[in-house]
Amino acid sequence: MSTERYQLNKELAQMLKGGVIMDVTTPEQAKIAEAAGACAVMALERIPADIRAAGGVSRMSDPAMIQGIQNAVSIPVMAKCRIGHFAEAQILEAIEIDYIDESEVLSPADDIYHIDKTKFKVPFVCGAKDLGEALRRIAEGASMIRTKGEPGTGDIIQAVRHMRKIQSEISNLAARREDELFEAAKQLQVPVELVRFVHEHKKLPVVNFAAGGVATPADAALMMQLGAEGVFVGSGIFKSGNPEKRASAIVKAVTNYHQPDILAKLSENLGEAMVGINENEIALLMAERGK
Amino acid sequence: MAVGILALQGAFIEHAHSLEQLSQDYILLRKKADIPKNLERLILPGGESTVQRKLLHELDLYSVLKEKILEDMPVLGTCAGLILLAGEIAGEETDGFRTLPVLVRRNAYGRQLGSFSAEGTVGEISNFPLRFIRAPYIEKILNPAVTVLNLTDQHITAVRYRNQIGTAFHPELTEDLRIHKMFLNL
Repeated sequence: MSTERYQLNKELAQMLKGGVIMDVTTPEQAKIAEAAGACAVMALERIPADIRAAGGVSRMSDPAMIQGIQNAVSIPVMAKCRIGHFAEAQILEAIEIDYIDESEVLSPADDIYHIDKTKFKVPFVCGAKDLGEALRRIAEGASMIRTKGEPGTGDIIQAVRHMRKIQSEISNLAARREDELFEAAKQLQVPVELVRFVHEHKKLPVVNFAAGGVATPADAALMMQLGAEGVFVGSGIFKSGNPEKRASAIVKAVTNYHQPDILAKLSENLGEAMVGINENEIALLMAERGK
Repeated sequence: MAVGILALQGAFIEHAHSLEQLSQDYILLRKKADIPKNLERLILPGGESTVQRKLLHELDLYSVLKEKILEDMPVLGTCAGLILLAGEIAGEETDGFRTLPVLVRRNAYGRQLGSFSAEGTVGEISNFPLRFIRAPYIEKILNPAVTVLNLTDQHITAVRYRNQIGTAFHPELTEDLRIHKMFLNL
């Protein structure tokens, strides 16, 4: 990927800021998401809660299904490939996906290597639990980062943990002396140039969204106040009682995340939220996949 | 001077940074109550126009802002902002401001793989860096009073009509402040 292409890809993520990216499994859901104000949709065959329930190996979605969604909406369409599965990524690039999510939600294809994302023209978003993971993915060519959270649970605790961790590690790095950055790079296992960027700018070099467990407008507002630049909502919408209303409320909560009076109104009468699973009740920690 | 930046969704902070470098204060507009009575300039940023259009209405900013645009308050719309201003959108209905008499085509260069950069003249500004991200272009001008400010590969990508400037590209993604400066001087 040329520097120029990488720049354009980072800039697309900038355009998504302040927005909500929603998981959808059909063209109909994609249209509902777009009408509710999604700034992009993530096309996948099964939402994380169902992947979790079904078990088994979870793979890239059928390209025909993804193309059906691409044809149904005018907003950017993202799709997931397995960690390390560069052939799936090549296929997604061939159908001109707007963003590839190299995602821990699917079964990892490689337990050592992530995809060399610098070899692609289309942009990648990757999950991270801490600053080291975020910067390693960026070094591999990711042009957007999201917290891993714990997908398909409707439980926000892990996304909160990951966002707080990333933010506090950024603050720590910013406070270090310049001559300490080499050692910091060594500890984080990342190139020193990226460490220097974070030290100087007090932020990641790419846009950082929250993901994994967002189920309510309040969850979205919480993540934005903790420093997320936008929010992914997976199972939280189409596993709830009234997807349209909930989706629309979460969109507005992301815009006015610091206005409790507006958030109160948005949280009214949304119907049933997804049931959810607490983190100590789950057998599979997807966030532990790919480090 | 009271300059507002529509901050419903998208790259509004980038515009704020451009204004900061010009030592110009600004107000982020997220809901009706944020709009100052004496608003004198409005910037409509890049982002997803479908989202911004919906929130403009639902958060009740639409009528107040439209009235001010019709009263000739200067407005700068970039990418999604251009789409919000456009009188017509190819192949779809619009409930945007419809104050700029042009026909705009959304995602005119296709998906993200069609995003590109170039350099060109914008009105009297030469060698301006042009960044097109899933950009629209202007397919047709609907009023002879509209001035073309930029042509890139034979497509109209920036126009001015009265005090409205619309660009298909993103001056806020560059270090070049000349378009913002020109806008503040209108």
